[in-house]
Amino acid sequence: MEVWLVVLLGGAFLCALQAIRAQQLLASAIWLAAVSALVAIALYLIGAPQVAVIELSVGAGLVTVLFVFAISIAGEDAMTLPAAVPRPLAVALVILSAGLLGWMTLPALGIKPPLAESPFAQMLWQERGLDVLVQVVLIFAGVIGVLGLLGEARAARTQAVPGTLPEKDGATRKQEVQP
Amino acid sequence: MSASALHILLLGTLALIGVGLYGLLAVRNLIKVIVALQIMVKGALLALVMAGAAAGQPNLGQSLAATVIVADTVVAVVGLALAVQVRRYVGTLDVRALSSLKK
Repeated sequence: MEVWLVVLLGGAFLCALQAIRAQQLLASAIWLAAVSALVAIALYLIGAPQVAVIELSVGAGLVTVLFVFAISIAGEDAMTLPAAVPRPLAVALVILSAGLLGWMTLPALGIKPPLAESPFAQMLWQERGLDVLVQVVLIFAGVIGVLGLLGEARAARTQAVPGTLPEKDGATRKQEVQP
Repeated sequence: MSASALHILLLGTLALIGVGLYGLLAVRNLIKVIVALQIMVKGALLALVMAGAAAGQPNLGQSLAATVIVADTVVAVVGLALAVQVRRYVGTLDVRALSSLKK
């Protein structure tokens, strides 16, 4: 199993690098889908089949479709701007953070014998019932957030009057900005 | 699961979180920032399931991982909607253009 884990996680690492480095946004989204698929297979090998199925359908399926949809609306903005943080400093910070995280995590790493545990369905819906409730609330909050953002776009569209003169259009925009 | 598999998983987790962190630091495209966040969450998922398997509570690790997947999907959806709106109003996906209060 170790060989398969090395292959899968190494492939996921390379796909993640390509997702960050890709020039086109569509290529970045497809590489992210590949990362999700490889991580899902690794989760299955670890012994988490339910989470692997969820990760494969949501991460590699739904989120990729959402990314492609958003990129098609927003347009391909291939920018070659310099990085916000210089690359050597960014690489040093990343290595420092990952090194500290690994150094703190490594002593606690050990395998304990399995405890007497409920099955996954009972664990998810009953023992972690508050988590499920928070998920439902979070989904509704996300829906309201997205509808608020897109509803603002629709309101801006309907307020724009077609066929007006540039001066009147400017006046209309000024009136919009004031309230 | 053996100890060497556990070490491999820890390295994989650190690698994915590191790539996502580098993306957050070095990338200025708003949609790519969301891609970097997604990559970090994949590392967190691996860490949760690995911790559950190592501690002898795999079902608890799976439950927490399922919760994280739902939360991350909602964050990605709202982030992408925000990116589309930023593109419409500001005209670019550069995150530095957001630091100005001008419309």
